[in-house]
Amino acid sequence: MKTTKTGARRLAIGGRYVAVMIGASALAGCVQIETPDKPIEINLNINIRQEVVYRLDGDAKKLIEQNSEIF
Amino acid sequence: MGKTKMTKTMWKPTGLALAAIAATAAVALAVPSAMAQRDPAYAAARAAGQVGEQPDGYLGFATTPTPAIRALVQDLNIKRKAAYTASAQSTGSTVEQFAFTSGCNLIAQTKAGEKYQTPSGAWKTRDGSPPERDARCP
Repeated sequence: MKTTKTGARRLAIGGRYVAVMIGASALAGCVQIETPDKPIEINLNINIRQEVVYRLDGDAKKLIEQNSEIF
Repeated sequence: MGKTKMTKTMWKPTGLALAAIAATAAVALAVPSAMAQRDPAYAAARAAGQVGEQPDGYLGFATTPTPAIRALVQDLNIKRKAAYTASAQSTGSTVEQFAFTSGCNLIAQTKAGEKYQTPSGAWKTRDGSPPERDARCP
């Protein structure tokens, strides 16, 4: 009787551990899903950087001067 | 006699051709000067602060526009986008990059009393002080 009870307890504890493990692995899975953070870096490259703005400044000024009716 | 007749017959078309050239030149000179001026309705809307410059290189509404002003601004923004697209292609940049760079300049060029949008999205009236622009603006 005693042994079966402890056995049941062990099983229950084991079950909890399994549940925790599943939870942990699920969390680990979430962390792994976060790795596609890299495409955001690509987005940063698409975004406007100061050096690009400086390079285009002269051409932008010319465009505004030559098409003053729309600016 | 024959000689004078010939010169006469030759002169007539030349005169017409010269007139045609003069007319084309007049049109060519008149068109850019007419194009270089803002539409009076747009100029008025700008001066009244109804229409202002956005940091993205396009025009926006500082106050709720009338349908006429809305249509006018939409038309100008389409023309601006076409101009930005052509310049972006020739400079190897994106339309957004070129439009943004133009926006930096257009906000800098606003005159006192005209409206512009700050990087936070608020509309401000330009005064004597430098306008509030994006940190990336030259």
